[in-house]
Amino acid sequence: MPSTTCPLDARKAVDLYFMEHRAKLLDIAAFLDRLERAQGEGAGDDVRIRALKQAIPLLIDGQGQRVRRVLELFSDHTAEPIPVAHGQGAIGVDPQGSY
Amino acid sequence: MAFSTWEAPENAEGFRGCRSPHPAAADYFHSLLSPHETPVGLSAGTFRPSHAEICRAMAYIDPHIHMVSRTTDDYRRMAEAGCVAITEPAFWAGFDRSSPAAFADYFRQLTQVEPRRAAAYGIDHYCWLCINPKEAEDPVFAREVISLVPEFLEAGNVLGIGEIGLNKNSKNELVILEEQIELAKRYGQLILVHTPHLEDKLKGTRLTMDALAAAGIDPGRVLIDHVEEHTVAEVLDRGFWAGMTLYPDSKCTPQRAVDIIECFGNERIWINSAGDWGPSDPLSVPKCHREMHRRGHARSLAEKISLANPIAFLSQSAAFRLPSGVRPPA
Repeated sequence: MPSTTCPLDARKAVDLYFMEHRAKLLDIAAFLDRLERAQGEGAGDDVRIRALKQAIPLLIDGQGQRVRRVLELFSDHTAEPIPVAHGQGAIGVDPQGSY
Repeated sequence: MAFSTWEAPENAEGFRGCRSPHPAAADYFHSLLSPHETPVGLSAGTFRPSHAEICRAMAYIDPHIHMVSRTTDDYRRMAEAGCVAITEPAFWAGFDRSSPAAFADYFRQLTQVEPRRAAAYGIDHYCWLCINPKEAEDPVFAREVISLVPEFLEAGNVLGIGEIGLNKNSKNELVILEEQIELAKRYGQLILVHTPHLEDKLKGTRLTMDALAAAGIDPGRVLIDHVEEHTVAEVLDRGFWAGMTLYPDSKCTPQRAVDIIECFGNERIWINSAGDWGPSDPLSVPKCHREMHRRGHARSLAEKISLANPIAFLSQSAAFRLPSGVRPPA
């Protein structure tokens, strides 16, 4: 990967983007709280939520390339075409993934 | 300024028929410039000012947007923001069409109606034709639609076959993709590729690139769209062009698109709004330019991504012409 860097210095990057991403983090926290308060069963078992929770540690593991690794975590890694497309939509994570 | 309300002349002939607003607008525009000024992105002495030029916005191309789903007011706002040309791939309408005849009407809309709507705002309109992968699961139906495409290729504003690709990565989708790749090959057309959404993107991008390679297609004549951080490297490494789609919820945000440019460079890559009937923003391209500016990137980066690069790729089609007043890229 080319090593072109962001022209912003780090302090300026924090100043520019911190509030926006603070709000996004709080949105995720509120979403998880909301799921706990929601009626009925199943949210904890939902593959999307399991995948989301598995992705969160990647953000602070210090390994870099976080977006790529999160997207790969959410992706179908099989190589062969499926026999038939039964629907047209996608859910955001691999339904067969081991989350 | 009064020019935001100008309309096409009643006798406008549509495609390339009314590039400029009222002639008085050009005089007024010149009067705003000091003698040493040349409008950015324009060559002195030869330009006919489009709406965008009068507004002195940076000229740009949105190379993927579905204007059949957008209002005329969107054309106006895009022109005011600097848009000088768009390319519109054939896509899924949000529902499955009931007959091939519906596609014939859609292709007429792309080749006859939209160019007129765009021209009214000084925007050049081009399109790509195909059956999209979401409606490709029935090969018999898909082949009937594909058989309609050749007669439209000479319409004057058709750049190639697109947006073809995969959706759920099924066997039938792949068969129809391969047949449309052959169609492009047979007619010497450029190819615009749609890559699948979300969890299906990584696999679908690889299957598509493999199909293109197996058919012996020159990757320099293929734009693979909707790349993200997990697909962009492989697309570029294999010699294809890459498109980043700027969506509020899925695909790339303007910030992530600039991140990708910073990490992977500015060669063989462009940005687009892919504005359609879903959550999308027809002004996301100039908003991404603002993000570049906000970080301290030179204006030349935005011009490279949204003018020079689209011109370089699209000029491989005989149907494409340099937008009026835009100087050829160096």
